[in-house]
Amino acid sequence: MQAPVLEVRGAIKRFGGASALSGASLRLQAAEIHALLGENGAGKSTLLKALAGVHRLDAGEITLHGHAFEQGSTKRAREQGVTVIYQEPSLFPDLTLAENVFVGRQLRRAGRVDWAAMRDRAAELFARLGVTLDPDRRAAGLSIADQQIVEIAKALSIDAQVIVMDEPTAALSALEAERLMDVARRLRERGSAVVFVTHRLDEVFALCDRYTVMRDGATVADGIVADSSPAQIVQLMVGRELTDLFPKSPATIGKVVLAVEHLTSRGQFEDISFDVCAGEIVALAGLVGSGRSEVVRAVFGVDPYDSGRVLLHGEPLPAGDPRAALRGGVALVPEDRRQQGLFMPASITRNVAVTVLDRIRRRGLIHRRDERVVADEWATTLQLKHSGLDEPVEQLSGGNQQKVVLGKWLATKPRLLVIDEPTRGIDVGTKAEVHRLLSDLAAEGLAVLMVSSELPEVLGMADRVLVMREGRLMQELSRTDATQERIMLAATGQASVG
Amino acid sequence: MRLLRHFQWDKFVPVLAAATLFIGSFQHEKFLTTGNMTFLIQSIGEILLIAFSMTFLIVAGEIDLSVSSIAALSSCALGYTWQHTGNIPVSVFVALLVGTICGAINGLLVTRLGLQSLAVTIGTLALYRGLCYVLLGDDRLKPFPTSFTSLNYKGLLGTWVPYVVVLLVVFGVAFGITLHSTRLGRWVFSIGQSKDAARFVGIPVRRVVLGLFVSNGFMAGLAGVVYTIRFASARPDGAVGMELEVIAAALFAGVSIFGGVGTLWAVTGAVFFFGAIRSLLRLNDFTANELTIVTGSMLLLSVMIPAIGGRINTYRASRAPTVAESAGVQIRPHTDPQPANP
Amino acid sequence: MTTVAPVATPPPARPASVLAGRATLLRRRELPVGIALLVVLVGTSISNHRFLSSQGRTDLMLAAAITGMVAIGETFVLLMRKVDLSVGSTLGLAAYAAGTAIKDGGDGQLLKAFVVGIAVGLCVGLFNGLLIALLDLPALVVTLGTLYVVAGIQAKIVGGERITADHLPADFISFGVDRFLGVPKLMWIVIAIGIVASLYLRHAHSGRDLYAVGSNPPAAALVGIPVRTRTIVAYLVSGGCAGAAGVLFVARLGGVDANAGGGYELAVIAACVVGGVNIFGGSGTVVGALLGAMLLRTIGFSLSALSIPEFWQQAVNGALLLVAISADRVVTIRRDRAERTRHR
Repeated sequence: MQAPVLEVRGAIKRFGGASALSGASLRLQAAEIHALLGENGAGKSTLLKALAGVHRLDAGEITLHGHAFEQGSTKRAREQGVTVIYQEPSLFPDLTLAENVFVGRQLRRAGRVDWAAMRDRAAELFARLGVTLDPDRRAAGLSIADQQIVEIAKALSIDAQVIVMDEPTAALSALEAERLMDVARRLRERGSAVVFVTHRLDEVFALCDRYTVMRDGATVADGIVADSSPAQIVQLMVGRELTDLFPKSPATIGKVVLAVEHLTSRGQFEDISFDVCAGEIVALAGLVGSGRSEVVRAVFGVDPYDSGRVLLHGEPLPAGDPRAALRGGVALVPEDRRQQGLFMPASITRNVAVTVLDRIRRRGLIHRRDERVVADEWATTLQLKHSGLDEPVEQLSGGNQQKVVLGKWLATKPRLLVIDEPTRGIDVGTKAEVHRLLSDLAAEGLAVLMVSSELPEVLGMADRVLVMREGRLMQELSRTDATQERIMLAATGQASVG
Repeated sequence: MRLLRHFQWDKFVPVLAAATLFIGSFQHEKFLTTGNMTFLIQSIGEILLIAFSMTFLIVAGEIDLSVSSIAALSSCALGYTWQHTGNIPVSVFVALLVGTICGAINGLLVTRLGLQSLAVTIGTLALYRGLCYVLLGDDRLKPFPTSFTSLNYKGLLGTWVPYVVVLLVVFGVAFGITLHSTRLGRWVFSIGQSKDAARFVGIPVRRVVLGLFVSNGFMAGLAGVVYTIRFASARPDGAVGMELEVIAAALFAGVSIFGGVGTLWAVTGAVFFFGAIRSLLRLNDFTANELTIVTGSMLLLSVMIPAIGGRINTYRASRAPTVAESAGVQIRPHTDPQPANP
Repeated sequence: MTTVAPVATPPPARPASVLAGRATLLRRRELPVGIALLVVLVGTSISNHRFLSSQGRTDLMLAAAITGMVAIGETFVLLMRKVDLSVGSTLGLAAYAAGTAIKDGGDGQLLKAFVVGIAVGLCVGLFNGLLIALLDLPALVVTLGTLYVVAGIQAKIVGGERITADHLPADFISFGVDRFLGVPKLMWIVIAIGIVASLYLRHAHSGRDLYAVGSNPPAAALVGIPVRTRTIVAYLVSGGCAGAAGVLFVARLGGVDANAGGGYELAVIAACVVGGVNIFGGSGTVVGALLGAMLLRTIGFSLSALSIPEFWQQAVNGALLLVAISADRVVTIRRDRAERTRHR
């Protein structure tokens, strides 16, 4: 094996009393795409932070090209050629794309900022990555996929040797993810080492050369992707055998709970009609931007719509009125957990109880005790891992945060659960728990409408799959008829290869 | 971590106020007299009334800088109506109505047009103050009937306690219970923590925020009425600077300017504390200017001390990782003490 | 799995960018302010011929100059998503300090006055900057506290002893009203500083950093921008400008009392906001702030010229500020909507 570009050995990092890293290691070679795998809480983030220069390791060493890697400074990390691109890239909305690429290190000529040079160089970088972006436009309004491209261009502009991507495809449509993986391949061609952190095993096998699996703060395995299999990797990550990741047990399908008729919102979706019955899980599949989340938000009332109607148990639901939906027994678990699903600085108790304040108040007053009872009930049911119900939810892991969101909605005892990307950014173990939960709830008579971009999840969980494309409902597939190819075909309108 | 800080501090502030009263009684023999206490309560009356509802606004993540102008406008409206009708109850009603309407205008601009409350209330601060001049010109209206103005001097049921106390207790309890033990109060905190998430749980954000501005306008109007009674006059250049005092007290009490955190008893304590300190200083012959310096310094200290304390803590021990960090949201990098590498 | 062949585009040709540059000039946020200013000037002078008389112009420019001077400094702070509420008090204190320093010293002390005034401003700015940058305290709180403290100090020092024109050197007073090429000298100073500030914010890398910090504060720290240093510098500039404006103030008015400068901060922030400086940081220019100051002062003066009763003026000022903010907001919403990229 050739000499590694970057090597981490025996990394140890503690925060307070807790150990985030207890012997992690990583070997990166030049011109490779390396998958970094592990459940949430396995220590991946902390390791990445160490590489990014945010933390300094308590023990262990990091070497870059054989020399000691200077830790503890994001600036120095970048100067040494290591960049990290986060799941939600953070650009500067008011600055142009060219300025974003060169922010903090603007190109200069005779002491003044050289605008022309920055513009040209940025355009050149975008071209090299194979994307069309205008370097003079402001970064505001850019899609996440485009933002990531700008971040990668930034990394290229400083000639990064090691580019780490932290769950980059989590918020991308299949097409955008494909484009990103292409970009990763180009980076590999030019000799960079790319670390790809993902929960999606299909990506690992489609893209990556080698892998490293972490568990409980340490590295448990590494190897060549081609020599392994998904089942094997999952077992390494989880430490136990997961026979069926997405069990949906059969349930008796009852009456129609939700009927959507000719729903239209100009510019977002058009003439959407479908229904969901009790005991059913209906999945809305399609590419990001096909309008699924918009439909679902319109049904719930957070967004208004132009025409059509929504019927709940036969009764029309007023548009644009989330409270009416709530009262009717609808719950919406939104796509963006942190911004829309939770009150981050607030405690678990407050978060869970906020939806049922009406029900627990006595003579107009809310007692903290009653809030706590509700929170406790759901924390236990969902097996929430926490250090006290007063803990602010921002300190929980992604999977546990999702459980809090689920808890607060399940506390309303809904008859229809609408859930947008149920397991995004969640580790495999919790994913299975969530799926089992949904399956059990459906068996108890809950109607579930699920938006998901993960085809394995759709195929495993749904009784029916509705595929949307560019705001229209293209096709409905039953559980038996649905395949990845058919869904992708309907979603993209293209014939797929293989 | 910040919530933890507030949890201790906001219980401490009323204690601080009580302690000041206690110490003050020893420091100056005239401090704890009924005369001085009357004066103290009267001097903080208007501020406290506004502070009750302003706390709601700040917790919801908004701000209202126009309260002084609203109070002044209400006061002028009271005077103007009295001049033209000779009827006090009607004039008071008009004054309160004016305050409410001003609040509603603020609220509509913020909720309907989506403007930032800081910018809007800077504008309405000028607008409402200007309307005072339109209403009264340069005059000062003095001729209020003694039955009205003597309210200021007569105590409650013959005791020394000024009538304002009734208002303070009633509104204080009402606002306090609402903020901390009702659904509306929970909603206000939620809105301050995340407007988006609030919408998603069915909180009618726009309606609530509008209501908060309206209520703030009403309380400012009420403060204007109290002010008019206290000074027995209505003038366009009266009631200046109240917004700064209210905000200073709220900030001192640990209400976060970013929203989502705060307690009403701490704010009440803070207003009393500032009032008591001012009274003490005045008795010790400090000038008004020196009081201003002291107020400003206390405000600065109130935020500096916890920040410095926090820095010391962070230097001593390492922090536990928050999920904010592991989810990729960065906190400013700080330098850890250099560990020994094997 | 489908693979989409990416389309490589050549870098945009130079001529296109120049053209784009001209197009964006028309879309700049400062343009409506400039147009509004012209409209008010022309409209008022048509109605009242004396509005733009020599004296009228001078008074207007002098008032605008002082507000503009402070607005330049405030812009630096607003760009970083911070605020400086202490500028009014700083102006007053600096005015008094400058006045006192040259009080009985005769002619030729212009430079001394500026040095003293700016020094006072820098001290206040440094104080603000250190607290906000090093202890991470909210700017609103700190500058509010400073506002109180400085105003108290000023009032205390001045006491009842105002400085009046008889105390001040003659050449200083005349400097306050003299003109050069038809424009008051004070105005030239502000224009000069404005130009320097504009160039700095546009062409200096540390100037561009201010925009980055205001646009996305946490990310700015991560990319290695020395946020603390920039913040301190911004507050130094803000304080320094307020200090300089204090000198202009005492020169213009020929005197200082205990309350000088009170309430200025809100007028200055209003000027900046009207001029297109985003109160939330990240965008805006010094030119815009100066235009905003000019516009607000012009409106104030034109209300008198149009014989609108004085009592209405403040009300109208407030209403116009609201209109300006609303219009600005509508424009911003439209533009943001247009810029959103569609998911593919």
